[in-house]
Amino acid sequence: MSNMVEIRWHGRGGQGAKTASLLLADAAFAQGKYVQGFPEYGPERMGAPIAAYNRISDERSSVHSNIYEPDFVVVVDATLLSAVAATAGLKETGGLVVNSEKSPEELAKYYAADLGGYKGKIYSIDASQIAGEELGNRSLSNTAMLAAIVKVSGVIPEDSFMKEMEASIKDTFSSKPHVIAPNMKAIERGLKEVKGL
Amino acid sequence: MGIRKLLSGNEATATAMKQINPDVVAAYPITPSTEVVHYFSQYVADGEVDTQFVAVESEHSAMSACIGASAAGGRTSTVTSACGLALMWELLYVASGQRLPMTLAVINRALSGPININNDHSDSMGARDSGWIQLYSENNQEAYDNYIMAQRIGEHKDVLLPVMVCQDGFITSHAVENIELLEDDKVKDFVGKFEPTRHLLDGKPLSVGPYDTPMHYFEHQYQRAQAMIAAKKVILDVSKEYAKVSGREYGLFETYKLEDAERVIVVVNSSAGTAKVAADQLRAKGEKVGVLKIRVFRPFPVTEIAEALKNAKAVAVMDKCDSFNAMGGPVFVDVRTALYELEKRPLTINYIYGLGGRDVTVDNFLTVFNALSEVVKTGKTGETYRHIGVRGVN
Repeated sequence: MSNMVEIRWHGRGGQGAKTASLLLADAAFAQGKYVQGFPEYGPERMGAPIAAYNRISDERSSVHSNIYEPDFVVVVDATLLSAVAATAGLKETGGLVVNSEKSPEELAKYYAADLGGYKGKIYSIDASQIAGEELGNRSLSNTAMLAAIVKVSGVIPEDSFMKEMEASIKDTFSSKPHVIAPNMKAIERGLKEVKGL
Repeated sequence: MGIRKLLSGNEATATAMKQINPDVVAAYPITPSTEVVHYFSQYVADGEVDTQFVAVESEHSAMSACIGASAAGGRTSTVTSACGLALMWELLYVASGQRLPMTLAVINRALSGPININNDHSDSMGARDSGWIQLYSENNQEAYDNYIMAQRIGEHKDVLLPVMVCQDGFITSHAVENIELLEDDKVKDFVGKFEPTRHLLDGKPLSVGPYDTPMHYFEHQYQRAQAMIAAKKVILDVSKEYAKVSGREYGLFETYKLEDAERVIVVVNSSAGTAKVAADQLRAKGEKVGVLKIRVFRPFPVTEIAEALKNAKAVAVMDKCDSFNAMGGPVFVDVRTALYELEKRPLTINYIYGLGGRDVTVDNFLTVFNALSEVVKTGKTGETYRHIGVRGVN
């Protein structure tokens, strides 16, 4: 299908990869796109590797399978690069976005054995650092990762994404208004601090 | 025209239930249907529905409570999956045998063991002979639309049977996708009010569920069988009426690029969409392939399916459920029976696929279409009882 962007998320149970994929679906939907957002369900336990998926397109996609040849892969926890085949089927015209303090070059070198000969672009963002500084918890890295994939994929215009996220976060945290501004800050920094562009 | 939303299949079902505003919902949570109960009990707590929500201690009790509520003249609904449906088993027959309409959302999940929480159709397919109408849904939109239509179908005076509305656990129940909802008042108008001819609270003495002696039991079963036959027309009539309100048309099944198709895949629920993409890819190369997606499995559209497949050369029937009968799955057995009356029949093979959440891909369907080419070329089916996607087998 023309204009379809397929994204695969790798995270660990409890890191919010599923939530991030659903937030991305919300933001793309608000832009008039046809969207699918779904996690791969297995034994649900904290720390276990999990995958989540997004299909974003201008027409409805009727496929109901996992994504095997993604345009983009988001890795919410860099240690997963050694644990799962994160680059499997990843199109080299797309990109790999990793939560890491390392630069894309350093990642390519450090994880050379795990990247399965992947030749496409690598992007990095220190989303855990951003989460630690803005939200006071390094494990809440998913909002910065979400911003990073929006930036890298260009699947939604940044300004519409910001507006949509603000509305969505206000809605989600209506009972905790003090967390709205820090989350927005994490998103802003996620958009700005992606390396490898 | 409608309300554009992004909802999971479970949210879509819960939304339909909210708009229908049943008198009674009795339910017990089980993965992957739990969210429906969760959402719906929130609507009850927030006063968004007038429903009496009965939090029971098991699915056996959930179905029992629904039977009581329906016998008392209430519009009744529940939801379950897998082992929950199995625990309702005894009562499924009681509900349909006593001709008590109600709706049950089945979020399809494998019936253990070993234990598995993921999708296949072994739960609802096992209940195919329980006297319930069964509607299957490809995606969140169909799960929503079918649930609304199910009220009118089951409650129709010519039918008076309970209705199961099935969708694939996780694959559609937990996937958010675009959906178009009807406005609340349109749903309210469409479903109308449930007005049973007799019920326990109408002031006239009535026994529900007493011992039915050999003197009468068989006649009652005959009537239940006749109701299932009558349901076919009612389903089509209600669907036509729904199309006027929603703009979305449904038949007993959907035909996709079937007119001149020589090779056809028959499939139910979410994988139908995946099969359509495989058909598109082969059509782009000029191959005559098509898909028939069954929406109504009970009553089984026996003559209609035969008519739709009569010009095909080879048909592969997909079963997301094994019957362990050394012969083939439940959809295969019924489709093949339907074709028996044709003078010139397509060659028919069966594939068991996707058990316990095994992912089902476009490539799987390309493989099946390819196998059908071989059947057409040789004029022989070869082994008809096949499996696809099993490691070490193919």
